Amino acid sequence: MSEKRNLTAGRRKFLQDGAALGGAAALTGLVPSIALAQGAGKIKVGLMLPYTGTFAQLGLGITNAFKLAIEENGGKLGGRDIEYVTLDDESDPAKGADNANRLVNRDKVDVLVGTVHSGVQMGMVKIAKESGVLHIIPNAGVHAATEQLCAPNIFRTSFANGQPAYPMGKVAIDKGIKNVVTLAWKYGAGEESVAGFKDNFTKNGGKIVKELWLPFPNVEFQALLTEIAALKPEGVYVFFAGGGAAKFLRDWQAAGLKGKIPLLGAGFLTDGVLEAVGTAAEGLETTLHYGDGIDTPRNKAFRLAFAKAYKMQPDVYAVQGYDAALLLVAGMKAVKGDIGKKKEIIAAMEKAEIDSPRGKWRMSAAHNPIQDIYLRRVVGTENKVIGVAQRALDYPPASMCKMPR
Amino acid sequence: MDFGTFLIQLLNGVQYGLLLFLVASGLTLVFGIMGVINIAHGSFYMVGAYLAWSLSERFGNLWAAILVGVVLSVLLGMFLEWLLIKRLYARDHLYQVLLTYGLILVFEELRSLVWGDDVHGVQVPAILEGSIPLTENLAYPVVRLWISAVCIALAIGMYLLIQRTRIGMMIRAGASNREMVQSLGFNIQLVYRIVFALGIALTAFAGMIAAPVSSVFPGMGNHVLIICFVVVVIGGIGSVKGAMVAAILIGLVDTFGKVVHVEIAGVKLLPELAGMTVYLLMAAVLLWRPEGIFGKRL
Amino acid sequence: MDKRKLALVTLFACLAALAVVPFVAEKFYIQLFTKILIMGIFAMSLDLLIGYTGLVSFGHAAYFGTAGYVLALVSPQYQAANLFTTLPLAMGVSAVLALVIGALVLRTSGIYFIMVTLAFSQMLFYLFHDTKIAGGADGIYVYVRPAADILGWKPFDLENVVHLYFVVLALFVGVFMLLRVVLKSLFGRVIDGIRINEHRMKSLGYPTFRYKLACFVLAGALAGLAGYLAAIQFGVVNPDMMAWHASGSVMMMVILGGMGTLVGPALGAMVMMLLELGFQSLPEVGGINIGKHWQLLMGSFIVLVALLLPYGLMGLIGLLARRKQGDGASHG
Repeated sequence: MSEKRNLTAGRRKFLQDGAALGGAAALTGLVPSIALAQGAGKIKVGLMLPYTGTFAQLGLGITNAFKLAIEENGGKLGGRDIEYVTLDDESDPAKGADNANRLVNRDKVDVLVGTVHSGVQMGMVKIAKESGVLHIIPNAGVHAATEQLCAPNIFRTSFANGQPAYPMGKVAIDKGIKNVVTLAWKYGAGEESVAGFKDNFTKNGGKIVKELWLPFPNVEFQALLTEIAALKPEGVYVFFAGGGAAKFLRDWQAAGLKGKIPLLGAGFLTDGVLEAVGTAAEGLETTLHYGDGIDTPRNKAFRLAFAKAYKMQPDVYAVQGYDAALLLVAGMKAVKGDIGKKKEIIAAMEKAEIDSPRGKWRMSAAHNPIQDIYLRRVVGTENKVIGVAQRALDYPPASMCKMPR
Repeated sequence: MDFGTFLIQLLNGVQYGLLLFLVASGLTLVFGIMGVINIAHGSFYMVGAYLAWSLSERFGNLWAAILVGVVLSVLLGMFLEWLLIKRLYARDHLYQVLLTYGLILVFEELRSLVWGDDVHGVQVPAILEGSIPLTENLAYPVVRLWISAVCIALAIGMYLLIQRTRIGMMIRAGASNREMVQSLGFNIQLVYRIVFALGIALTAFAGMIAAPVSSVFPGMGNHVLIICFVVVVIGGIGSVKGAMVAAILIGLVDTFGKVVHVEIAGVKLLPELAGMTVYLLMAAVLLWRPEGIFGKRL
Repeated sequence: MDKRKLALVTLFACLAALAVVPFVAEKFYIQLFTKILIMGIFAMSLDLLIGYTGLVSFGHAAYFGTAGYVLALVSPQYQAANLFTTLPLAMGVSAVLALVIGALVLRTSGIYFIMVTLAFSQMLFYLFHDTKIAGGADGIYVYVRPAADILGWKPFDLENVVHLYFVVLALFVGVFMLLRVVLKSLFGRVIDGIRINEHRMKSLGYPTFRYKLACFVLAGALAGLAGYLAAIQFGVVNPDMMAWHASGSVMMMVILGGMGTLVGPALGAMVMMLLELGFQSLPEVGGINIGKHWQLLMGSFIVLVALLLPYGLMGLIGLLARRKQGDGASHG
């Protein structure tokens, strides 16, 4: 760098510019606050979800199903029109609080709906707690949201990370599998899922031989697959979701491990990915609070309506988004659209029985669903329900949730 | 770990390293010969992968996709050089960094507009579909062996091109002394354009052949980019031989770092800190020999 | 003398304008400007290295993130830590880290310096990302902002958005003045000389390594200040705070604003963050959601700046200022 700088001239320049800086600062602070027009009468629903990256499909599915449920219930909330504000959170935990803050404080949403990634969720929950805005979680299963950080205004319509994994522990024992290697992404969701499985598995006499981890969202499985083969466990429990799950299943098959070592997992491994994996998942059994093939009129009607409206098949993520809207509808109905009556809305949501495609369910005291966990098997491109692994599971025990009453 | 597993992990590491070499060779060529740092290098890896996906869907097979994809990449490289890169030769490295950083953002969004934001898989071509059984419960996918073979073939091809052909001679001369080459009447501008296009095409090609074994997803260029820099720096900027040695070294360190267990005084070092190993290696090499293993002393 | 009066007037004008922000803007924008001022401090600290010492550090975010982690680790979980003990501690840790890393990396130069600073920041990134020292990949949270407690007296409350803004503004001005004083001193002259021609300085007898290391440590400490404040603002401490993207992005702010001007990088920080927000808020045009693809606009903007504005935005303003003042043989 050989530019010579004349210090005095430079000083003058930047003092002048300091004025520009300060002037611009004041102006830009003024203009937006003047220009902000409130959409009178409409309920603002903020959708903060991943629309890019490995979870993009999930964000889209949740959004579509949410809107479908609203449409099916008259297109309004408690009689009032809805304005959607969407924001792509890119599954980036570093920007989670920032993004949520923008929706709550700048865009002034009445309801904050989101998100998928557990790390991002922590930031959202923090903002929701500080601002008191009504917050519905349509996927992220991070335990803290309905444990240490629980709050009256925070609800979840999906699951807690360990919840679908827990029954798989018993299913494994029943299959005669006594020692297992676990493999998952090393972040909140992966860790809590493995912990849920481990809890029930070891409780029933099983042994975890080794815990293998991969940084999120890394998909280079080769070295770890080799190690699994060398360890020769009786079973392998994995947690992956979205694009990563699809790749894992293909790699597992390519490494010749399919059929040699039983693969166990919560249903995220096979939900929404079957179209992309061909035969790699055939016969795989997983536990989840939903299954495409749930044989009830309610589920069939939902799947038909969704496929018709969006030309894609719904999965568990869509169901969760759908139920989030149903929950909100129930709450808003009770107050006839008066969003200001927070306490009444919350009370209504706590009491609501959600008529979900997964089956009817209610909220736990910590605002997490108490629901049945199904056992499913992959047949072609469908997750066929072959039984119920556990009924009305309320897990994890929310001993750290102190909800002010 | 037993000997059999050790050999397989060795194979894993070498395969990963060879692919890294392919991606990094483009970067080291461009920087060594043209003196231009291209931070957007990873984006072309992504472009290659998405091209492989979309073209193989259109043509129904991967081979045609790769062929067309390479041609398109070369054209893209030449276009970019003509439009933007040639204005950077005289400029400071910082401005090259700034401009190519901007390019990363542009390419990421163009990708989003053209191909969308989903994660995709690319079908492995039928001939390469099998797996070779290595132990009683582990098989090695043929497609990975093929990738390694292609990388080696390309490495040999590059060596021959640069060391044994006239154009290679011009490239080497242009790297040493641009003005002299120009005053001798050679069109150095054309040489640079070709080198840049070659660099881009190599990276895109790497993305294309890796697509069947990795996923095609937004942001896939970012991780590759940073590892590429490590390869180039360890190997020595401008040295293709160095890039090969460094890439294999990194492939092995990365692979074994994930599976061996090292504990010192009760503190678990590996595989917990596997992510750090490559950077530790880079820092160590740089502090010992700043110009890299095969680099020229500045 | 006219120029000096002008300079003073503009200085006060800009301070006044910044001070007025909390009274005319609403909460979200006060928070936004707090963030801008914090990034301004970060950018200025890097300018000390890039613009004044000629050290292009591609791992500056390491010191930014470390300070944030120190605060998060030292704070009791649901209670406030003490501002006056934790801030110096965080800055101190960042400074020591910079001392250790600087002692190693300053043995290289040029492109290798860039790369080895990157390597060290990546190592720190993976240290926090892959281990359980502090929450791993998802990071940890500072649930309650530190309290400004001097033996019971609380001069201000950081939980109040306006108070936080003014504290940050005061620190921003403080850092600016500190750097100005340092750079105008003899130390600053030596640094200038090192940037222009290190060999000459060495032959004149100056221990250039020590001067460079001192700068590196000062820059690291100030980056730590920025990181501490950033951790306070949203309470999120995350390995991404020290990832190469963060280092790259602050480097962009410095170059965009105009390196070696101190105010340039602060301006660069403001421009980048306002542009980012502005681009993201653009409405849909012709069916394409422009806001979603804001990075296209941002990237194109950066490319244009790199091509057309070699001295960054400060260069542009200087150019316009020179034209307005009309220098002697005027040309258009």
